Amino acid sequence: MPITRKEVEEIALLARLALSEAEIDLYTRQLGDILGYIEKLRSLDTEGVEATTHAVPMDCTLREDELGERLPVEDALRAAPRRAENFFEVPRIIAAHDEE
Amino acid sequence: MGEARYQAVIGLECHVQLQTRSKIFSGSSAAFGAPPNTEIDPVCLGLPGVLPVLNRRAVELALRLALATGCQIRTRSRFARKHYFYPDLPKGFQISQYEEPLAERGAVEFRFGDEHKRIRLTRIHLEEDAGKNLHAPGGAGVSLVDFNRAGVPLAEVVSEPDLRSAAEAGEYLRALRQLVRYLGISDGNMEEGSLRCDANVSLRPLGAHQYGTKAELKNMNSFKFVEEAIDFEIERQQRLLERGGRVVQETRLWDSEKKVSHAMRSKEEAHDYRYFPEPDLPPLVVSDQWVSRLRRELPELPLARRARFARAHGLPDYDAGVLTAERELADYFEAALGSGAPPKKVANWIMTELLAHPDGTQRVAPEALGELVGLIEQGTLSGKMAKDVFAKMFASGQTARAIVEREGLTQVSDAAALEAACRAAVDKNPKQAQQYRAGKTQLLGFFVGQVMKATQGKANPALVNEILKRMLA
Amino acid sequence: MNLCERSASELSALIARRQVSAREVTRAHLDRIATLDRELGCYLLVDQAGALARAEQIDGLIARGLDPGPLAGVPVALKDIFVTRGIETTCASRILKGWRPPYEGTPSHRLREAGAVLLGKLNMDEFAMGSSNENSGFGPVRNPWNRAYVPGGSSGGSAAAVAAGLCAAALGTDTGGSIRQPAALCGVVGLKPTYGRVSRYGVVAFASSLDQVGPLCRTVEDAALLLEVIAGPDPRDATSIAEPVPRYRDALGQGVAGLRLGIPKEYFVAGIEAEVEQAVRAAIRKLESLGARAVEVSLPHTEYGIAAYYILATAEASSNLARYDGVRFGHRAERPVDLLDMYCRTRAEGFGPEVKRRIMLGTYVLRAGYYEAYYGKAQKVRTLIRRDFARAFEQCDLIVTPTSPVAGFALGERTEDPLAMYLADVFTIACNLAGLPGLSLPCGMHGRLPIGLQLIGRPLDEATLFRAAGAYQAATDWHTRRPALG
Ligand SMILES: [Mg+2]
Ligand SMILES: [Zn+2]
Repeated sequence: MPITRKEVEEIALLARLALSEAEIDLYTRQLGDILGYIEKLRSLDTEGVEATTHAVPMDCTLREDELGERLPVEDALRAAPRRAENFFEVPRIIAAHDEE
Repeated sequence: MGEARYQAVIGLECHVQLQTRSKIFSGSSAAFGAPPNTEIDPVCLGLPGVLPVLNRRAVELALRLALATGCQIRTRSRFARKHYFYPDLPKGFQISQYEEPLAERGAVEFRFGDEHKRIRLTRIHLEEDAGKNLHAPGGAGVSLVDFNRAGVPLAEVVSEPDLRSAAEAGEYLRALRQLVRYLGISDGNMEEGSLRCDANVSLRPLGAHQYGTKAELKNMNSFKFVEEAIDFEIERQQRLLERGGRVVQETRLWDSEKKVSHAMRSKEEAHDYRYFPEPDLPPLVVSDQWVSRLRRELPELPLARRARFARAHGLPDYDAGVLTAERELADYFEAALGSGAPPKKVANWIMTELLAHPDGTQRVAPEALGELVGLIEQGTLSGKMAKDVFAKMFASGQTARAIVEREGLTQVSDAAALEAACRAAVDKNPKQAQQYRAGKTQLLGFFVGQVMKATQGKANPALVNEILKRMLA
Repeated sequence: MNLCERSASELSALIARRQVSAREVTRAHLDRIATLDRELGCYLLVDQAGALARAEQIDGLIARGLDPGPLAGVPVALKDIFVTRGIETTCASRILKGWRPPYEGTPSHRLREAGAVLLGKLNMDEFAMGSSNENSGFGPVRNPWNRAYVPGGSSGGSAAAVAAGLCAAALGTDTGGSIRQPAALCGVVGLKPTYGRVSRYGVVAFASSLDQVGPLCRTVEDAALLLEVIAGPDPRDATSIAEPVPRYRDALGQGVAGLRLGIPKEYFVAGIEAEVEQAVRAAIRKLESLGARAVEVSLPHTEYGIAAYYILATAEASSNLARYDGVRFGHRAERPVDLLDMYCRTRAEGFGPEVKRRIMLGTYVLRAGYYEAYYGKAQKVRTLIRRDFARAFEQCDLIVTPTSPVAGFALGERTEDPLAMYLADVFTIACNLAGLPGLSLPCGMHGRLPIGLQLIGRPLDEATLFRAAGAYQAATDWHTRRPALG
C-alpha cells in the first residue's frame, strides 16, 4: 500500500478538504492504486534529462507599467459570500500572521 | 545581555515594495492608501481564469537593487508558486521565485561606528505582495480583507546570517532603506509597510562554528521594534540556554506595546509550501544589454558619495555622512555649492539651520542658500543678520539678495561714516596695507571684511571698496 | 432547409447574404435546444434573451451594409469553463454555482467580436476533470448517438451539442484529450491547437501547462474558421505564442499528395477495440489512396505518458483550485466555527469526488521531499516524450492514430474505477505533454457509435492537420452522418 490512511488525512488538511471517514477510506485505496501505477516511472532512467516546464519553448513577455482597467469595488464584492462594508468578511483569523 | 558567553547570529529577510504605477502582474494601481478594495482587478483578486503578466518596471527596479548590491544576475530566472491558505492570499499561492531567483550573492555595505560592515546577501528575488487582513473592532468574531495591496511588487532581500547584534541589524536595515531610496525604487517606509523585515535569530557558544536553532521574528514595523525584538530574542534564548533548555524552531510575533514576543502556535502554521515552477510565466530572460543599461543608469551610491564629499569638498566624515543620508539632500548640497560658496560653510548651514526644519529643502532653494552663504563670506551680511535673512527666506521663498535689498538691511552708505571706518581698518592693519600697496591687491577683501565687521555687516560694500581702493592707492 | 444541420461556414454566408436572418437561425437553435436538450443535458445555461438580442444586432449591422465578421450570426456555445461577463460561469462545479464573472475571457471575446451569437454555456466534467462528462456537478450529458452512452469528456456537452445540432460550433478545452476524445465519441471534428496558440485568459485553469482551447465543429472547414478567429497572441497571456495566424482554410483544398503519415507502432497494441483499429487503418489507406505515404514511426515513451500526465495535471490542478476558498466568490459553508473549518467544509461541499481525488493526488506529489520523485520526474518524462515526437517528425509530416481506444462506453460503466478511466486517455495525452496540435475527425462507425481518427502535427503546424483532414473529409462522408434525434 503506497499511501497510508494517516497520509491521506494529512494531505486532506493541507488541501483544506474536510473528508468523511468513508472518503478517507476510499481515497486511501484509490490513491494507492494510482500511485502504484505511477511507480512505473521509477524504472525509467531520466539521469541528465532536463525538465520541460513549457512544452513550447518561450520567453516571458513583459508588460509595460501602465494602469489598466480596474474592477469597481461593487463588482468585486457582489460575488463575495460575506461582506462588511467594502471588505470581504471571513471568520476571525486567530494568529496575527499578516506577512509571508 | 549578561556576560557574553554566546554569540548572536542574525539574518534578515526584508521585503521592499517597489514603486511601480501598476501591480506586478496586472494593471490596477499599486498606490498606497486607497479606500478598501478600490485598487483591484480580476488578476490580483485571483478570479477564476486570470493569468499573470509580468511588469517590466518591477523587474527593472529589482535589478537596480541587485546591481547596487553587487549581485550576480541570472540571465534566466524562474517564478514559482508557494502555496498556503490565508484569506489575504487570493489564489491560495503566492507567485514568488524559489529555485533560480533573479539575483544572488551580493552584499549590503555600511558604516557601523568606526567599522565598515559588509553583510552578504544570499539572494534578491521578485514576488507579489498579499492583501491585508484587518481585525474587526470589538472582537466581532470576524476579520476583514482588503486586496488593494495584493499584487504590489516586492523585492525580497535575504541576507546571510552575518549580523551579530540588534544594533548591527538596525544599521543594516537603515543602510538598505537608504539604498532603496537612493535608487528610487521604494520609499522604504517601515510604518506603512513598504519596507518590512523578518529576522532569523539564533545563539551559539562563543567560538563555536555551528549555528544554533533559530527563531523567526515577525511583525516589527519600525527600526526601533526590530532592534527591540532582536534584543529581546537574544536575551530570551540566552536565558533558555543558560538554564539548560533548548531553543525550538518557531515563528514569534513581536508585541511592540508589551515589548515581548509570542510564539505563533496554530495548526495552520505547519506549512508545506509545495513549490513548483509557475506554468503561467515562462522564464524571465534578462539580457546583457538590459543589465548594462541599468548599470550605467545607477546613481552614485551612498557610501561612495560620502567618501567623495569628504575627499573633494574637504568635509569631516561626520558631515559627509549627514549630507549623504538622503540622495535629495546630497543633491541639494551640491547644487548649493554652485555659487562658489565654501563647502564647509554650506554644510554647516544645511546641518544647523536647514535641517532644523523638516521641509527646509523644499522651502529654500539650494542656489538661494549658496548665495546667502556667499553674502556672509563677502561680508555683506554678518552671521546674525544672515540668520534673520534665512528666516525670511524660509517664510517667503525669496532669495537672500532680494531680501537684503528690499529691507535695506545693509549697508551704511553715509560717506563720512564709511571714510572713518575705512581709515580705522587701514590704520589698524599697517602690515596688510603695506602688502597691498606692494601689489597683493587680493587683500582688498580682507579690508572690506574688517570694515564689515566694524559696521556689523551693514556697510555698503561698493562704497567701501571704492574708498579703500583710494586710501590704499 | 434545416438550419440546425448547416455548418458554421454555411450559416455565416447565408446570413451575410441575407438569405436567412441571424434571428431565424438563433430561434431555430433555441427551439431545438428546448425540444431535445432536456434529455441530452448539454446546456447548463441557455441565454435566450441575450442570444436573440445579439442576433438582431447582427441582422441590423448587415442591413446597414456593415460587416459583422466571419462568424456573422453563427450560433455558438461555450463549454462552461469560459469566463463570460455577467453570464453565470460554473465549470460544472457547485463551488462556482451562481458566479457571474465581472470580466470576459479572450476566446469568448474573440468569438463574439467575429459576429458569433452565444447561445449558452455547455456542460462538462467538473473543472474539466474527466473523460465521460459524468463528473459534472449538475448531471451527466448523454451521447446523442446512443443515450445510454457517455459523450466523452471533459468537453462532453460541447461535443454532444455540436453533434445534436444544438449549436453550429462550440469551444472546448483540452488538457489530456478533452476536446478530441468527446469529438471522437460524438462524431464531430475537434481540434486541440499547439500549446499557446489560443489565449487561456478567461479560461478557468485546470492544468496550466497542458490546457489549450479549441473548436468543436461538424466540418473541418468550420474548425479552421473558428481557429482563425480565436488564435493569436494575447497580451494578457504570457504563454500565448507571438506567431501570426495563417489563413488555415487555405490548407483545406491542398490535398495530401506527398504527405508522409507517421503510424506509431506503440499506438496499435492490445486494448484497442478491433472496430476502432479497422476504421483507423481504413482511413490511413484512404489517405494513401489520395497520395499520402504511410511510414511506421516509434514513440518509445508512450507507455509513460499517463503516469507523467496524472502527476503534472493533478499537481497543477491542486494549485489552480486553491483559490476556491469561500472568501471572494462562490460557495461558502454555512456557520463555520473558525477559518480552518470554513476552508475545509467549503471545499468539501463545493467540489465533487473526482475533483477532490485529483486535488489529493496533486497535493501528495508536491509535498516537501516528493518533488523530485514525482513532479520533477514527470517533467523529465515530458522531455523524453517531446524528443520522441521530434524524432518521429524527422520521418513524417503528421502522425495518425485512433483518438480513443474504444468507440464509446456506457454511462456508469467506468465510474467505479478511476484508474481505468485515466488509462483510456492513452492516445490523446501525449499531444498535451508535448504541446502539439491534435485533431480528431469522424472516420467510421461501430454500430451506432462514431469512431474518431486523430491527426497529430508539429508545433504550430495546424495547417498540415487541416490539409489532411480536409482531403479526408472531401473523400468520405462520415462527417455528414447525424444521430437520429427528436
Ligand atoms: Mg522568505
Ligand atoms: Zn517573501
